[in-house]
Amino acid sequence: MSESQVAVHGHGAMMEASPYAIPSRKLTMWLFIISDAVTFGACLMAYGYLRTASTDWPTPFKFYPSILNVIIMTFVLITSSLTMLGAVDAAKLGDKAKTTRFMWSTIFLGALFAGLHLREWLGLIGEGVRPFHNPWGSPLFGATFFSITGLHLLHVVSGVIALFVIWRGYTRGTLTAGHVETTGLYWHFVDLVWMFVVPMVYLLSIQR
Amino acid sequence: MAEKIVTDKASVTAPSTSGNVIAKYLPVYFALLAIAGLEIFLAYRNFSILTLMVILLVLAICGAALAVMYFMHLAQERPSLFLSLIPATIFVLFMMNAIWTDSFRLLHMKPFAH
Repeated sequence: MSESQVAVHGHGAMMEASPYAIPSRKLTMWLFIISDAVTFGACLMAYGYLRTASTDWPTPFKFYPSILNVIIMTFVLITSSLTMLGAVDAAKLGDKAKTTRFMWSTIFLGALFAGLHLREWLGLIGEGVRPFHNPWGSPLFGATFFSITGLHLLHVVSGVIALFVIWRGYTRGTLTAGHVETTGLYWHFVDLVWMFVVPMVYLLSIQR
Repeated sequence: MAEKIVTDKASVTAPSTSGNVIAKYLPVYFALLAIAGLEIFLAYRNFSILTLMVILLVLAICGAALAVMYFMHLAQERPSLFLSLIPATIFVLFMMNAIWTDSFRLLHMKPFAH
C-alpha cells in the first residue's frame, strides 16, 4: 500500500481507501448477498434437476387459489421494493417523516407477503402435503417446496424485523441513512430471490 | 449522475433527484411486473417442462438483472464492484451446475445407463 493510498483522520488509525468507494458496511452486505445467492442458487438448481428428472412430480397448483395467491404475493413484494427505494431516498435527504412512511409501508407489505405465504402453506398442508409425503407423487415435492419457500419466508421475516430495528434506530438518531440503504440492499435481494422461486417452484408445477 | 460520498459515519450514494425516486424507478417496477405476468402467461402454454424451465429462467435472470442494476444501484457503483461480485457468482453457479446433472440417474435408477 503506497502512502498516497493512505488517508489519515486526526489521531485515528491509518485507513486504506475503499477500492470500491463504498463503506465496509455496504461491502459486507454485498458479500452476504452473494453468498446467499449461491445458497439459493444451489437449492433452486437441485430443485430444477429433480423436477425435470422425476416422472411423477406433483402438479398441485391450481390457478385459484395458488397461482392467484402467487400473483398477489409477487405484486406485493415488487411494490415493497419500490417503497424501500423511497425510504432510502428520503433517509439520504434527512426527511425522517417521509422515511418513516416509506419504511412502514415496506414493513406492512413484507408482513402481508409473509401472511399470504403462510396461507399458501396452510392450504397445501390441509391437502395432505408434508415434508416427506404427499398424496400425489414424488415425496421429494414436499421437502423441496417447504425448504425453498421456507428459506425465502425466513428471509422475508428477518427483513421485516431488520427494517423495524433500523427504522427505530434511524428515527432516534443512532443509525444513519447508510444503515437504511444497506438494509434496502437486503430487501431488494429478497425480492430478487422470489423472481426465481415463482417460476421454478410454482409455475413448473401448475395444474392444467 | 450520482456522487459517491464516503465518511466514517455514513456513506451513501448521493441522490441526483430530490425525493422523486419513485417516479424515476417506475419503468423498472413496471418492467418487473410485466416479466412476472409474461412468466405466468407462458406457464399455461404447452411447452415441455425442460423448454418451459429454460424460458422462465431466462426471464427470471432478466428480472434479476434489472433489480440488481437499478433497485440495488449496482449500475451506479464503480465497475470494479460489479466485476468483483457478478462474474464470480456466475462462475460458482455454473460450477455447481456441473454436479447436479447426477440427479438424472433418477430416470433410470442406476448409474451410467446406456
